[in-house]
Amino acid sequence: MTPRGSYRVGGGAAPYIFVAPFILLFLVFSVYPIVQSLRLAFYATSGPQDWSPVGLRNFSFLLQDPDFHKAVTNTLTYTVATVLLQLPLSLGLALLLSQKWLKGQNLFRLIFFSPHLLGQVFVGVLFAVLFQPKYGLVNHAYAAMTMNPANITTKWLGDPATVMPALVLTSLWMYVGFNMIYFLAALQGVDQELHEAALVDGAGTLARFRAVTLPAIWPVCQFVLVTSTMGSLQLFELPYLLLGNTSGPDNAGLTIVMYLYQNGFSSGDLGYASAVGWTLAVGMLVISLAQLRLSGGMGKE
Amino acid sequence: MKVLRIAAIFILLLGSILALVPMVWLILATFRPNDRVFSEVFTVTTPTLANYADLFTTVPFFQFLANSTFLACTAVCLQVFFSSLAGFALAKYDFAGKKLVMGIMLATVLIPGQLTLAPSYDLLYRLHLVDTYQGLLIPGAVSVFGIFLFRQSMVRIPDELLQAGRIDGCSEFGLYWNVVLPVSRPMIGAFSLMTFMGTWNSFLWPQIMLHSKLKYTLPIALAQMVGLYQQQYGMLMAGTLVAVLPVIVLFLLLQKEFVAGLTAGAVKG
Repeated sequence: MTPRGSYRVGGGAAPYIFVAPFILLFLVFSVYPIVQSLRLAFYATSGPQDWSPVGLRNFSFLLQDPDFHKAVTNTLTYTVATVLLQLPLSLGLALLLSQKWLKGQNLFRLIFFSPHLLGQVFVGVLFAVLFQPKYGLVNHAYAAMTMNPANITTKWLGDPATVMPALVLTSLWMYVGFNMIYFLAALQGVDQELHEAALVDGAGTLARFRAVTLPAIWPVCQFVLVTSTMGSLQLFELPYLLLGNTSGPDNAGLTIVMYLYQNGFSSGDLGYASAVGWTLAVGMLVISLAQLRLSGGMGKE
Repeated sequence: MKVLRIAAIFILLLGSILALVPMVWLILATFRPNDRVFSEVFTVTTPTLANYADLFTTVPFFQFLANSTFLACTAVCLQVFFSSLAGFALAKYDFAGKKLVMGIMLATVLIPGQLTLAPSYDLLYRLHLVDTYQGLLIPGAVSVFGIFLFRQSMVRIPDELLQAGRIDGCSEFGLYWNVVLPVSRPMIGAFSLMTFMGTWNSFLWPQIMLHSKLKYTLPIALAQMVGLYQQQYGMLMAGTLVAVLPVIVLFLLLQKEFVAGLTAGAVKG
């Protein structure tokens, strides 16, 4: 306990008292449940008194359950689709908005960000109505764009093949402007002198983007990549509400967390829910580490 | 160059339209009679308030609104207080175990909340806190993310300011209350809004925890209404609009602080 600067001396017990509420709540409501979930994952439970040890059976059941396979496939498809579509769109909008000649930046930023304010539950309820087969807003646009009046009755949420596109579309509406905020903040921190030096050297727009802008904003790109992937892997509310409190036709909208909720809480088997939770947690950890490793390598080039 | 600029503005305007049109449609739909919700797109030929009347008479919507407001406001007060207090300790004191606390905090960022859903439910059941607001509020009274944010902004408070307070006879808590909190106002604004939004929109945990209908929050109530009143589109849309309005108003009031707080973690961290 050696204070670095003389100003930091003092306080005595004070800092301990200040962090005590956090430590206490943290131990009881985070550390204890984490340890407990590790135990629970090896039990089948129905009610708090009725725990029976099942060894690895929760995990072996999970691995051969077709519903879980479906949930994993859906979640990964959604994650890949949203990340691949969302991040370039977010970055593109941020690049357009950070042009110096542009007026009304704040208004545009506000407009693009606003869908995120609604939250997944309310966006789900709203888009379930917008995707209505009979003359919903999406079908009006779809019929007009494809110039095919028959498309006005497309059953987006009633057909297993179109549930995922509808879900990805909804998530783009909600999150493109949200991630744009991070890119915008990063772009504001790019060294303008470097840009001007590159301009003097005769570098074109694309060359300057690759040599100056991209390396400067790379840490934020990594941050957005990892956080939006993590968010996507935990998808639940959006499809649940979009599909009217169901997993959709043929489980087309079933996600891993929805599977956890339906199999763990509706049936009351908290042991099974813990096994699903751990599987998800390990999967997320592996994916985020892989992303950081791969993108870190790219950043050094 | 000119062509490029026009193209850029065109894209931005198109994007704005795409972002706003669903919300405009939502607002207009709430004022149409239920059987005309899909008959027109951007007009309201026979405006009515019937959907709002239905909303507050068919379900105890006012109660849900009050529940959500109470929970979100209480969560904001608790989280701002406890997170800023811990953030202050980590920013401005050297004490044994500080590194350990920071390390544990970082480790929890990697653990998804779904992992602890089941054991947390089990724990709260044993504590007789299931179906109570205490059960929702107490475990969430402090946020790791909040501690990080407050620590980051409080590191920049000059030590001289604290020392001057000490010389004037301020207690350590007095320093926090009278010196540190007032200068942290922008971060408090940002974090309050994020917490408010998070609590207001949260669904899975309250859905698991709350069993009595009169304790429901807006997201749970609306999810249930989707199942019960499938064809009542006008009422559902009115419910959605009323439910999202408070967040939008708060955001418009605290917009600047919010963006600063949101990006503080990503850019400066």
